[in-house]
Amino acid sequence: MEKIAIKNLFKVFGSNPEKGMELLREGKSKNEIYEQTGLTVGVQGASFTVNKGEIFVVMGLSGSGKSTLVRMLNRLIEPTSGEVLVDGADVLKMSKSELVKFRRSKTSMVFQSFALMPHQNVLENAAFGLELDGMERPDREARAMDALKQVGLEGWENAYPDELSGGMQQRVGLARGLAVDPDILLMDEAFSALDPLIRTEMQDELLKLQDRHERTIIFISHDLDEALRIGDRIAIMEGGRVVQVGSPEEILQNPADDYVRAFFRGVDPTGVISAGDIVRDTQPTVIWHTKQGGPRATLEMLNNRDREFAYVLDSERRFNGVVSVDSLRDAIDKGNGKSKLEHAFLSDAISVLESESLQDILPQVASHAWPIPVVDAQNVYRGVVSKNRFLRTLYRAENGAHFEQQAVEHPTSKCLKSPAFH
Amino acid sequence: MLSFEEKVIPLDTWITGFIDWLVEGYRWFFQALKWPVEYTLSGVEQGLLAVPPLLVISIFAFLAWRVSGFKLAGFSVFSLVLIGLLGFWPETMITLAMVFSSVVFCAVVGVPLGIWAGRSDRFDKLLRPVLDAMQTTPAFVYLVPIVMLFSIGNVAGVLATIVFALPPLIRLTSLGIRQVHPELVEAALAFGATGWQVLLKVQIPLALPTIMAGLNQTIMMALSMVVIAALIGAGGLGAPVVLGLNTLDIGLATVGGLAIVLLAIILDRITQSMGINRTKENNR
Repeated sequence: MEKIAIKNLFKVFGSNPEKGMELLREGKSKNEIYEQTGLTVGVQGASFTVNKGEIFVVMGLSGSGKSTLVRMLNRLIEPTSGEVLVDGADVLKMSKSELVKFRRSKTSMVFQSFALMPHQNVLENAAFGLELDGMERPDREARAMDALKQVGLEGWENAYPDELSGGMQQRVGLARGLAVDPDILLMDEAFSALDPLIRTEMQDELLKLQDRHERTIIFISHDLDEALRIGDRIAIMEGGRVVQVGSPEEILQNPADDYVRAFFRGVDPTGVISAGDIVRDTQPTVIWHTKQGGPRATLEMLNNRDREFAYVLDSERRFNGVVSVDSLRDAIDKGNGKSKLEHAFLSDAISVLESESLQDILPQVASHAWPIPVVDAQNVYRGVVSKNRFLRTLYRAENGAHFEQQAVEHPTSKCLKSPAFH
Repeated sequence: MLSFEEKVIPLDTWITGFIDWLVEGYRWFFQALKWPVEYTLSGVEQGLLAVPPLLVISIFAFLAWRVSGFKLAGFSVFSLVLIGLLGFWPETMITLAMVFSSVVFCAVVGVPLGIWAGRSDRFDKLLRPVLDAMQTTPAFVYLVPIVMLFSIGNVAGVLATIVFALPPLIRLTSLGIRQVHPELVEAALAFGATGWQVLLKVQIPLALPTIMAGLNQTIMMALSMVVIAALIGAGGLGAPVVLGLNTLDIGLATVGGLAIVLLAIILDRITQSMGINRTKENNR
C-alpha cells in the first residue's frame, strides 16, 4: 500500500528560485544554472512512491540532494515545486497549524548529529515530541520510558546526553523518534556518525524494531553496505536527480546507468567483507593441557591427517597459539622427552578479530605460511582464513559472484546479513 | 574648492533646536516615561535604607554562600562591614538601589530586544549601529539632554545608566540565541514545535548562560556609571567622589572609590557564580 508519493519535486536554493526553475525547463544543467545565476539546484524532478511498512533507503554521495529531499517531506525545507502526498494529503498545501499537527502526529526524525537537547536528561529528551504536543508529564514520561526500553536504554533515564557514547546518544535520538509513535520515521544519515561496529549494531536494532512494529522508514545514507543491508527498496540520487529506484537485487543486477554502476564498483570489497564473513573451521585444533594436547600426540595427529599446522585452544576454545609439524619436531628433539606444547608455538602466529576487514588482515594473510586464526571479541577461536580462501573471495567479489552463496557454506557466520556483490 | 574654513552644516544648531522643541512640547511624555523608574527606584531605595544593615549584610552573605561558598560569603561580609565603618552605608544602599533599578529595566527592555535580534537578521542589522552609538557616545554628551528632559536627580542618573549599560545585555542575549546549534532548532521543528516552543524550550534555556553573562556585564557597567551619574545630581557613592574631586579632597574621593570597587567585586562574583552554576546544571 502506498504511504508516501513524491511527484516531480524540485528545490532551487537562492533568492530567485523561479528563475532557476525556468532555466531547468529550458534544459539547462545544474552546473550551468549555478554559473549563470548563482542558484543552487538541490533536487530536480524527484518522483517515487514509498510503500507502507517498508524501509526505503535514499542513497547518494554528499551533495546529491538526499538530505534536502528528506527535509522536504516534512517541509523543514520548503520545496520550490512539486507534490508530497502522505496518505493522499498534500503536505505542501498544509497551513502552518496543519503542518505542526502533521509533524507531531505523522512523522518523526532522527538526525546524523543526534541533535539531543543538552539541557535535558535522557528521559526528557525521549519525551520531547510528546511534550511539544502538550501531553501531561506522567503520561509522556511513561511513553518515553517505553521507547527507551525498546532501544535498550533502561536505567539511563537520568543521565545527560554528554555522558553517553555516540551509539547510546543515537539510541536516545531513536527513542525520541519512537516515543511519538509515528507512521513515518525519517532518518537522516542516522548511523553515519557512529563507528562501524556500533553502526552495524544499530542497523540490527532498527531491523529488530521493524520486525515488532512496522513503520514506514525513509533512511538517508551514503553507505552502500548500509543501504543493501537494511533497505527494502533503494533510491539512488545523483546531482539532485533520482536515477534509479528498486529493490537491492534489481539495482545490483540491473544498474540504470553508469553512475549507479560506478557506485557499486567504487566499493572496495576488501573494506566491506570482514574476516568473520569468510572464516572456516577447517583446520585441526588441539586442546592444551590435555593428554591429546601433548607435543607427541599432536605431531602424530598431524601426520595421520596429513596436515601441516594445528591450532592450540584452551578448554573454553580460546585461542593460544599455532604449532607446525616442524616446530613440534624441533621441540621434541630439544626437550629430551620433557618438552611441552608451548615450546613448539610459532612465535609470530597472531590471531585477527572476526570484525576486522579483509583490508586489515591482508598483511597477516600475505606474510605467513599458515592460515590466519580468527577469534571473536572474547578471543574464542572461530576458524581460519587461508591465502586460497582470501584470494577466492576477492576474485568472486570483483567478478560479480554472489557472495551470499558462499555464506551458506558456513551458516553460523554473520555474512548472511552481509550485502550481495555483483 | 573645499577649504573647510567655514561651517557649512549647522548640525549643532539643529540639534539644540530639536531638543528645545522636545522639551517645550513633549516634556509630559518624558515625565511619564520617568514615572515607573522613579517608582521602582524610590521603593528599592527606601526599602534598603529602612531595614537594619545587619539584615542586608546577612542577605548578601546567604546569597554568596548559596551561589559560591563560604569564601565569597566571608568576603562579602568583610567588605560590607568595612564600607559601613568607613561611613558610607547610606550612600552604598542608594547606589545599590540605582544599580538594581537600572539592571531591572535593562533586563525588561534588553532581553526581549536581544531575543528579537538573535532571531531576525534584519532587526539585528538595524539595531547594531544604535548599540554602537549607545556604547561609544561619551556619557557627557547625553547628560545635558537627559537633565533637560528628566531634570536632575537619582532618576535621571538611572536613565543615563540604562543608556550606557543596556547594549552588552542585548548583544550577549542575541549572541546566546544565535549560538544555539541550528540542528537543535531543526530537531524541535521536526517534532512539531511552534515558533514560541522553539524559543521557550530550546533557544532561551540554551542561551541562558550567555544571557547571564550579559546581565553581569550590565551590572558592572551600571556601577561604572555611578560617578558620572553623580554629576547630574544623583546621590550614592558617586557623590563623595565628585565632591572630593571638586574640593581636592583626595581622601574622600579615594574612600568613595574604594567603596565602589568593593561593591563591584561582590556583585560581580555573585552574578558570575550564578551564571556558572547554571552552565554546570545544563551541561552536567
